[in-house]
Amino acid sequence: MTTVEQPPIGFGRMHRKEDARFVRGRGTYVDDVNLPGMLHGAVLRSPFAHARIVSIDTAAAQAHPRVKAVITGQTLDGLKLAWMPTLSQDTQAVLATDKVRFQGQEVAFVVAEDRYAARDALELIDVEYEPLPAVVDARRALDPGAPVIRDDKDGQTDNHIFDWGAGDEAATDAVFASAEVVVAQDVLYPRVHPAPLETCGAVADFDAVTGKLTMWCNTQAPHAHRTVYALVAGLPEHKIRVISPDVGGGFGNKVPIYPGYVCAVVGSIVTGKPVKWMEDRSENLMSTGFARDFHMRGEVAATRDGKIRALRVKVIADHGAFNGTAQPTKFPAGFFHVFTGSYDMEAAHCAVTGVYTNKAPGGVAYACSFRITEAAYLVERMVDVLAYELEMDPAELRMKNLLRPEQFPYPSPTGWEYDSGDYPRALQLALDMAGYAELRAEQAARPPGGPLMGIGISFFTEAVGAGPRKHMDILGLGMADGAELRVHPTGKAVLRISVQSQGQGHETTYAQIVAEELGIPPDDVEVVHGDTDQTPFGLGTYGSRSTPVSGAATAVVARKVRERARQVASAMLEVDPGDLEWEKGRWYVRGDQSQGRTIQEIALASHSSLELPEGVEGHLDATTVYNPPNLTFPFGAYVCVVDVDPGTGQVKVRRFVAVDDCGVRINPMIVEGQVHGGLADGIGMALMELIAFDEDGNCLGASFMDYLLPTAMECPSWELGETVTPSPHHPIGAKGVGESATVGSPAAVVNAVLDALKPYGVRHADMPLTPAHVWRAIQGRPIRTDLAIT
Amino acid sequence: MQITVTVNGDEHTADVEPRLLLVHFLRDKLGLTGTHWGCDTSNCGVCVVWLDGTPVKSCTVLAVMADGHTVRTVEGLADGAALDPVQEGFVRCHGLQCGFCTPGMMMTARWLLDHNPDPSEDEIREAISGQSCRCTGYENIVRSVRWAASRGTEVSAS
Repeated sequence: MTTVEQPPIGFGRMHRKEDARFVRGRGTYVDDVNLPGMLHGAVLRSPFAHARIVSIDTAAAQAHPRVKAVITGQTLDGLKLAWMPTLSQDTQAVLATDKVRFQGQEVAFVVAEDRYAARDALELIDVEYEPLPAVVDARRALDPGAPVIRDDKDGQTDNHIFDWGAGDEAATDAVFASAEVVVAQDVLYPRVHPAPLETCGAVADFDAVTGKLTMWCNTQAPHAHRTVYALVAGLPEHKIRVISPDVGGGFGNKVPIYPGYVCAVVGSIVTGKPVKWMEDRSENLMSTGFARDFHMRGEVAATRDGKIRALRVKVIADHGAFNGTAQPTKFPAGFFHVFTGSYDMEAAHCAVTGVYTNKAPGGVAYACSFRITEAAYLVERMVDVLAYELEMDPAELRMKNLLRPEQFPYPSPTGWEYDSGDYPRALQLALDMAGYAELRAEQAARPPGGPLMGIGISFFTEAVGAGPRKHMDILGLGMADGAELRVHPTGKAVLRISVQSQGQGHETTYAQIVAEELGIPPDDVEVVHGDTDQTPFGLGTYGSRSTPVSGAATAVVARKVRERARQVASAMLEVDPGDLEWEKGRWYVRGDQSQGRTIQEIALASHSSLELPEGVEGHLDATTVYNPPNLTFPFGAYVCVVDVDPGTGQVKVRRFVAVDDCGVRINPMIVEGQVHGGLADGIGMALMELIAFDEDGNCLGASFMDYLLPTAMECPSWELGETVTPSPHHPIGAKGVGESATVGSPAAVVNAVLDALKPYGVRHADMPLTPAHVWRAIQGRPIRTDLAIT
Repeated sequence: MQITVTVNGDEHTADVEPRLLLVHFLRDKLGLTGTHWGCDTSNCGVCVVWLDGTPVKSCTVLAVMADGHTVRTVEGLADGAALDPVQEGFVRCHGLQCGFCTPGMMMTARWLLDHNPDPSEDEIREAISGQSCRCTGYENIVRSVRWAASRGTEVSAS
């Protein structure tokens, strides 16, 4: 199933074009960029979560023989760059001037001849701090008397950021008032971190003669970064080139602009040399975009026989010290309001309150599809809590409430229009693949008191492909994406796309889309991405938006080329364009298939002296901008089987069955690979990964010795299945899939563990279900996992 | 101090700080950027290279410790234009996505196959258990190594 000798001309399994360089160690990641005369930057960070800066003495650092510049907040203040706007229209300190507001916050930046000297010089900077009490518990951030974190903001007298809601509150309350059954549960989605193996970094090269800034940066959104640099630093946009080279994983961690990037730019301007800045692992985990930290209370209203009638959710969202989340402007809680998930119900309402705490900024990252991870986890946990209370089988309860195929397109109670789906078919397939009845029989046969096994189910619906520009923008930039397709005289093509890749394989799949539409073999299509000087504008790769938006743009631009080719072919064949028929790779005369011209022949003719009809331009090249009419709604059904040792609390994932429906699959091999990765994320978050804090705001997940990633030992051999329900509005019927498994899998794992713990009367326990947490749950003493405060 | 290290068969002599890490020596002094750096704490394994034929995490080996020794990196896996079966396996079985962990994974895989030409899935998982991948969920890495193992059998049988 994994080898493909002959690449398809279009969709299908195909080895990746980009692998040739990667397996030879010839990729170019940002830390591989070495420019003549390049200097190295390093960031001095705060040891305190909350402290007033009394003084900063940089004299000794500046005297270091290999140091070229030391930059502080004061330096930046003079350039009006001490603060920068965030993607959520808040402000964030580039280098702290007044206070530090989280442990690991940027305080000073050293530029030196090499990376070791830069780090040495950090030790020579003397900062005097006056520690302040820290706000660590998001649920206490709005308490009267809580220290005010953002006293830099005029009129800010507490730690409140926003209140936001969706759905019909009155209708929801009315259903609850008349419900036969109401169950409520506090559910924490703790703070985790995307932790791509390549940390964030940049090489800034400002050319004082031309005034051009070239910025190599492992950003997921090069065009958006360029525009923000232009707006923030006042540099003319056409004099900024952002190059996102090979990127070692992103998962949303590499969407925001981080202070280190700005410091690298300033460092280059100040020294007149290129400056490289690469954060280390602790810096990555402590200061860059974390994920989740959603403190939820869910309530379900249902009938006694298990029909879900309404869902009500209240959330405290911990955004850290600066509101730096990246999501469409109108949606401060992202797309959390897709929390009704895959179920038919009468009403729903959510209320989300965002708060500041003395922790790193972020919240929207880690393949979350703009907070759909939290939404899917919440609803799937609540369904299991309801099943627990009603003593119903969780599969049966889900089947009873899933949306039916005839309900699509489905207007959800919170304002979405789900495009297409056949949910019962996907769930049934997953149950059949897992052998659900046999698993339940095995479970029932277990003697009490012995090793436990549990079966967990989750069903998720995602909303991805942001988005329609009338509804969705980031910092005022609409979320449409451009594509340009150029066909050379010999029929080889160059596709330029606005999105970039952090491992998604765009150089292969986008060539396959062109191949599918034009019949040009994928190997004859070069895909250019990740360079703002060479590609059309677009907002980048995150939120599973590439295929829904940029993939659609690619299909549309290829179809434009095909229409241009029809005009040229009509001149070549001396027939009316309307008399031509298309088959993959060729226009031919209707009724006489032998009379035709291949796309390669047409490309050559389009560049030749062939006389073209009035109004028909030469060449086949085309451009487009794609504005999606709606999001796409991939979905899936997952079944997880775990074994739990009640003596130690140790959980072993025995099996994981995943049925995904992401519409038409361009390259099934790549889709399956993305699902595999997301499933591992789910095991990580459910069982291992956690950024916790102590009462002083010290980060307790600041290295890979404390922040535990799943290895090959924790992951089972994944069992994948698929159904295909094309998106009706996407040009090739595809839906996004990059984050589906990360969204859908944590609930399956947690539900499985809690299913195993049922004999102990455990209804709920929060992630991560480490042996210690599982053991405490078995003892009837579950604890909050996010704080080292007992 | 001056060190001499044989890397992928070529001898290199350089003046280095005693504290220079092997990963930085390879990347910054020799320009062998196929070996990556990821965590500083020997957890992630993107920096795995061979030191005298044994996989090591080059972020926790000093360059001076390699003085007089031999190092093999991802750049030394292929024989000219001919890929090592492990490299070919990773391509054929989609054993990589972002590619950042790949060099370290392949170096460990080659070592495993040299010592155990027909490893089971569990043996492969154990061999790479000191290394992280955030993209593949490990499944296709295991398949890639299995592919290389079966290919090795075919080659020796023919």
